[in-house]
Amino acid sequence: MPMRRWWDRAQPVVGAPGARGLGVGGEEWLQVARDVAASGGALLSLWITLEDPGTRAPRTDSPSDTAVYCAYLTDHGVLIVELALAPEDEEPRYPGLEEIFPAASRLQRAAFDLSGVRSSDPDTRPWLNHEKPYEFVRVDGEGVHEIAVGPVHAGTIEPGHFRFSVVGEKVLRLETRLGYVHKGIERRFCGLPILEGHRLAARVSGDSAVAFSWAYCQALEGMGGCAVPRRAVWLRAACLELERLANHIGDLGALGNDAGFAFGLAQFSRLKEDLLRAISAAFGRRYLFDIVVPGGMAVDLSQETADALAVTVRAVCSEAIELRGIYDEHEGVRDRFTAAGCLETPLAVRLGVLGLVGRASGLGRDLRVDVPCPPYTELHVARAVQPGGDVAARVAVRFDEVRESGRLLMQLLSALPDGERAVAMDSPADGAFGVGLVEGWRGPVLVALQAGPEGSIRRCHPHDPSWQNWPALEYAIMGNIVPDFPLINKSFNLAYSGVDL
Amino acid sequence: MLKTLRKIASIGLVSEAAPATDELLRVRSALDERITSVLGHALCIRHVDAGSCNGCELEIQALGNPYHNLEGRNLRFVASPRHADLLLVTGPVVRNMEAALKRVYAATPDPKLVVAVGDCGCTGGILGECPASLGRVSSVIPVDVAVPGCPPSPVRILQGILTAISAPA
Ligand code: SF4
Repeated sequence: MPMRRWWDRAQPVVGAPGARGLGVGGEEWLQVARDVAASGGALLSLWITLEDPGTRAPRTDSPSDTAVYCAYLTDHGVLIVELALAPEDEEPRYPGLEEIFPAASRLQRAAFDLSGVRSSDPDTRPWLNHEKPYEFVRVDGEGVHEIAVGPVHAGTIEPGHFRFSVVGEKVLRLETRLGYVHKGIERRFCGLPILEGHRLAARVSGDSAVAFSWAYCQALEGMGGCAVPRRAVWLRAACLELERLANHIGDLGALGNDAGFAFGLAQFSRLKEDLLRAISAAFGRRYLFDIVVPGGMAVDLSQETADALAVTVRAVCSEAIELRGIYDEHEGVRDRFTAAGCLETPLAVRLGVLGLVGRASGLGRDLRVDVPCPPYTELHVARAVQPGGDVAARVAVRFDEVRESGRLLMQLLSALPDGERAVAMDSPADGAFGVGLVEGWRGPVLVALQAGPEGSIRRCHPHDPSWQNWPALEYAIMGNIVPDFPLINKSFNLAYSGVDL
Repeated sequence: MLKTLRKIASIGLVSEAAPATDELLRVRSALDERITSVLGHALCIRHVDAGSCNGCELEIQALGNPYHNLEGRNLRFVASPRHADLLLVTGPVVRNMEAALKRVYAATPDPKLVVAVGDCGCTGGILGECPASLGRVSSVIPVDVAVPGCPPSPVRILQGILTAISAPA
């Protein structure tokens, strides 16, 4: 039971329930990764201390300051592994994890662009740094040609570049090139007071504002020893489920439209607007930015307001279920959804796919069930799992989650515990470290946070599950035809800003 | 099919009236009145995300829902800047999007209008202070109308578009 050995050696980390941290030496770094993989665990994230903005050299103000970190989801809970890099080493290197967890490759390349610290990964192409032209992998063969799309796309979506290698209409290979909306968010965190960082966290990916700001606050509150009132965590869960609902409803409409059924877009976009207006009436904003704050919630709900919100949620969910019947019976829609963009279970396991995409390929992980934080400990979420791995399976997971979020919201809004909406909290001590982990609508959202002196942030690393799922999209499209790409892409709906940072 | 038709009939028309224009959103008035009145009859819009968090995109997408009835007001999103009269730009402009934004602007035929959407587009906002960001949209291309908000509601964005194509009061 090698995994058990690592877990027993690890020390508790504050923030996410049951999280632990482990410092390792050079060889152990790879051994832990292998043991996590062998025990069915997943790579959640990988990050490195930032280089000094002035000198562009790794920070060396204290020996432990340059380190590479990894977060794993194991059967026991979340494990953070730290590998300290020798400060006297001019060109520190660490063993790459790309052979064990393929998603690590881009994380390592991005980490190099931010920190100047390289892994042993043979792929050394820059990821966030766009100064030089990018070398795409070429596919040779008779009749193979390339289609280049983006960064600016035809619709209202975020920028990224897709390079298809095709024969006729059939896709042989897709390579995505991201980093276009890289802003330097991680470095920006370092200039913010730690008690204000939740505002930036909410804007890592606007469609996941609640998930990121909650994960940030979870880490911070753990470090500060802050006991968040029960009422506040119930309200946070209500906001997180509203965010999940709004995104699923919006995407279900777009998926109908991409399958040639404009009726679906008209209906679901109307439902989404109804939901956003009800959210705005309850919380004073259509999108739930700046509502999860350190110590609790920025806004409370009266029971009357909560009841009014529940009425709309119930109506939206029951109409969505009615529309599911229409989608299911529509032969044209069914035909486009079935077998399109299939990601089979063994491949999903190999790629370490997370969240809703994973659940639609038979991987049952859902943090709300597996490592629940309050109030999910009391809510008994039913996980939505489909084995198919195609667009139809991802649509089915979304419909199932719409129904489940609706049920959770009824429960949350009808029985909000009495008490305060927030308590005051102080900045944590210099050097304190915490981790936050929340099941956002795409999947597990992680925030690793370390406090600096006088209420500042030393390091903040936000991670969106899209990092793991982008490579899976590249596999899912193989063998499909180019005109099916928008539909398959939408069924994943991955973040750009959320990974470009 | 019957269920679909029944649904359409039972929901009926939900489109709402257009908001009034708002002169406070106008940054500059570069086009003459005759041009704006012609553009107002059938305006083609191209959206460009120059570095947003995607919150503003969600509200631009909401412009297309049946309540806001964009096409009913002769406003249409198009796939290429070469077909566009107006650019709707979100986000602070980030370094890796600077060239793409300038290229889109150059590809848009004259006369053209630019509406900057969101606090990030208007002033740089919270994301504009990030080290790989160049700040507000007008630091890279000329802006006619700026719609603040984080994100601005679809009605506010629509107001910004209608202000851009109306003659200055
Ligand atoms: S204005 Fe707000 S919603 Fe829009 S891109 Fe900026 S941070 Fe996101």
